[in-house]
Amino acid sequence: MANLKDIRKRISSVKSTQQITKAMQMVAAAKLKKAQDNVVQARPYAAKMSEVLASLAVRVKPEKHPLLQRRDEKKIELVVIASDRGLCGGFNTNVMKMADSFLQEKSGGECEVVLSVVGRKARDYYRRRDWEFQTEELNPGMVDFQWAEKISRDLIDRYVEKEIDAVYVAYTEFKSAMTQEVIVKRLLPLEPKPLAEDEIPVEYIYEPSEDALLADILPRYVYTQVFRMLLESVASEHGSRMTAMDSATNNAIEMTAKLTLLYNRARQAAITTELMEIVSGAEALN
Amino acid sequence: MDSDKIRLEIATPYRQVLDVEVDEVIAPGEEGQFGVLPGHTPFLSTITVGELIYRQGNQLRYVAVAHGYAEVEYHRVTVLLDAAELPEEIDVDRAEAARRRAEGRLAELSQEDHDFYDALAALDRAMNRLHVVRTRTPNYKG
Repeated sequence: MANLKDIRKRISSVKSTQQITKAMQMVAAAKLKKAQDNVVQARPYAAKMSEVLASLAVRVKPEKHPLLQRRDEKKIELVVIASDRGLCGGFNTNVMKMADSFLQEKSGGECEVVLSVVGRKARDYYRRRDWEFQTEELNPGMVDFQWAEKISRDLIDRYVEKEIDAVYVAYTEFKSAMTQEVIVKRLLPLEPKPLAEDEIPVEYIYEPSEDALLADILPRYVYTQVFRMLLESVASEHGSRMTAMDSATNNAIEMTAKLTLLYNRARQAAITTELMEIVSGAEALN
Repeated sequence: MDSDKIRLEIATPYRQVLDVEVDEVIAPGEEGQFGVLPGHTPFLSTITVGELIYRQGNQLRYVAVAHGYAEVEYHRVTVLLDAAELPEEIDVDRAEAARRRAEGRLAELSQEDHDFYDALAALDRAMNRLHVVRTRTPNYKG
C-alpha cells in the first residue's frame, strides 16, 4: 500500500498542474476568440480580391504576367507554417507530418525541394534534421499584413527570378475550435478561380491599363493569400491549444479523484491496522 | 434593391469598413478623381491615397483611404484598400507621430535610397489622415 504522505504530495502536484492547464485553456480561449474574429474580418477582402482577379484573369493570357506562368517543376519551395510555442496538442506535429509526406512525395523524382519555415517549432524540427532554409520567420507577436507582405515578396522575387518553379504552403486551415485541417496548397504560380458557368465576364473599363492593373493586383493577391494562411494557422493554434488544455484539465480532475480514493482507502487501512494492533495488544494482556 | 442607389462596400485586409447604400461615390483614382452615380458602366480602377466621398441624400460623408482598387458595377462599388478610416476612427496622435517619423526619415535619406519612397508614401498617408480628420470632423479642435 502506497505511503500516505506520497499520495498527498501527488494530489497536490496534480492539482497545481490542473490550475496551470486551466489557466492556459482560458488564455487560449480568449486568444482564439480574437484570432477567429481576425479570420472572419479578413474574409470579405480576400473573397472580393479573388473575384476581381478572376474576372480580370479570364481576359488576359497567362503569358502576360510571370506570376500566372506555369513552368515544369524542377525546383520547388515548400513553406511550412507552424507555431512558435508548444503545448498545443497535435498542431505542430500534424503540420510537420503533412510537410514530411509532401517532401517525400516530391523529392522522389527529379524535383528538388527547398524549404522555408514560419514558427520556431518548424524551424527546430527541420534544423534537427539538418535542412537548410531559404528563409525562417518567427511570429512577430501579431499577424499583420506587412508581415505577410514581407514573406510573399521574398517568394515572389525568387519565383520571378526563376530560382524556383512553384511555391507550396503547408498550413492549418481553421474549421472550428474543435477541428482544424492541415493542407498543402500551391501559392505560385497563381491559378485564378475560373468563373462559374452561369457567370458572364463583365466588360470593364480599366484605369490604368489592364496590364498595369494586373501587375499591381497579382502580387497583392499573393499577400492576401499568405495573410489568410497566417491568420488561419494562428487561429488553429489557439483552437488546438484550447482543446489540448481542456482535456489535460479533465485528465487532472480524473486523476485527483482516483488519487483521493486511493488516499482514503490507504488511510482507512492504516486505521484498521492500528485498531487491530490495539485490540490484539489488549487481548494479549488478558 | 432600390435601383437608383449604389451599394458601397469598403474592405481592408483587417476588416470590412463600410457596407452601405449610397446615392453617389467620389473616389480618388490613380489617374484622377472619379465620380460614380447609379447605373455607372463597369469600371475597374486603382485608388490612391486620398479622400473617398459618398453621398446619402444631402449628407456627404468622408473616408480616408490608402492604396487599393475600386470595382464599379451598375449598382455596386467595391473598394479594396490597404487601409481606410472614417474620420471619427482616425487616431490624430498616431497620425501626427507617423508624420514626424516620416519627416525625420526623409531628412536623413537621399532620393536614391529605396526607403526614401517608402518614407514619402508614409508621409503621404499620415498627412492624408490628418487632413481628413481636421477638415471633416464637425467642430474639430486641435
